[in-house]
Amino acid sequence: MSIFPSPSVTRLLQVLALALVAAAPCVHAETSEQILDQYRTQAGTAPDPSRGQQFFTSKHDHEWSCSSCHGDKPVQTGKHVVTGKSIGPLAPAFNQERFTNTAKVEKWFRRNCNDVVGRECTPAEKADVISWLLTLK
Amino acid sequence: MSRRFNCTIRVAGACLAFAITALSSLALAEDEEHKHEHKHKNDMRSVPILPLYQQECGACHIAYPPQMLPAGSWHRIVNNMKQHYGTDASLDAATVKELEQWIMPQTNHARPLPEPPEDRITRSEWFTRAHHEVAAAVWSRPEVKSAANCTTCHVTAEQGNYSEHYVRIPGGGT
Repeated sequence: MSIFPSPSVTRLLQVLALALVAAAPCVHAETSEQILDQYRTQAGTAPDPSRGQQFFTSKHDHEWSCSSCHGDKPVQTGKHVVTGKSIGPLAPAFNQERFTNTAKVEKWFRRNCNDVVGRECTPAEKADVISWLLTLK
Repeated sequence: MSRRFNCTIRVAGACLAFAITALSSLALAEDEEHKHEHKHKNDMRSVPILPLYQQECGACHIAYPPQMLPAGSWHRIVNNMKQHYGTDASLDAATVKELEQWIMPQTNHARPLPEPPEDRITRSEWFTRAHHEVAAAVWSRPEVKSAANCTTCHVTAEQGNYSEHYVRIPGGGT
């Protein structure tokens, strides 16, 4: 029995290696701190975690708050208030996928702020919320 | 005369053999098709799920199988994600296009589905028929929450299997 992999396995490995090289530039390796920094710069003011918490748990004269689906302290799995679908923890310390891709963060802020606040959130509001989420350990 | 007779016999025999072969292969094909149909009767995952569909349409609710709605309903849904059943689920145009390209071919039923009111799966005629045994009280149980919450009872729905063999109603009963 040969110690070398069969030609098909070798070919598969070659394809996988190429795919990895090709995919590398597409991976968004941002951190939640970097994303917070972007909003802090846009806002031009320092974020305030306690203001973020208040923003997160308030209903803003509408039907829902952020915590309606994410929970008052989003360190655990939340539940969509309408569909019942489970939602992974939002605090980065409890879910390492959170706040690692600017486009994804922007998409969800856009949608959810429209639902909760009835408008898009300002960079300062986004920075406040993320700064509070980063205090949850 | 005898030669012509022989020839006729031979041609008839060949025709018969051909007919038997053709019929039996047709029967086999039908059998295969039947088996296939049976296997997939409640398996909505005949096409592998598009990761983008799972990601974008499976975040707030289960990624509903495209076969559950007709093309017209899907077209309206994916092109109006900003007002998506009371929430903003807006998507960029490129994502909408890619989703639509994957969804639409799966909506080609032999008998096209009628478009349900509000383009809601749960208001489709087939949905009502399939759930006619479910008592009204079951729908209002807190664990069920909403008829749109398939996975509560269809425990294999996430895998695309809605067979009644895999129905577990919380609190029991039908």
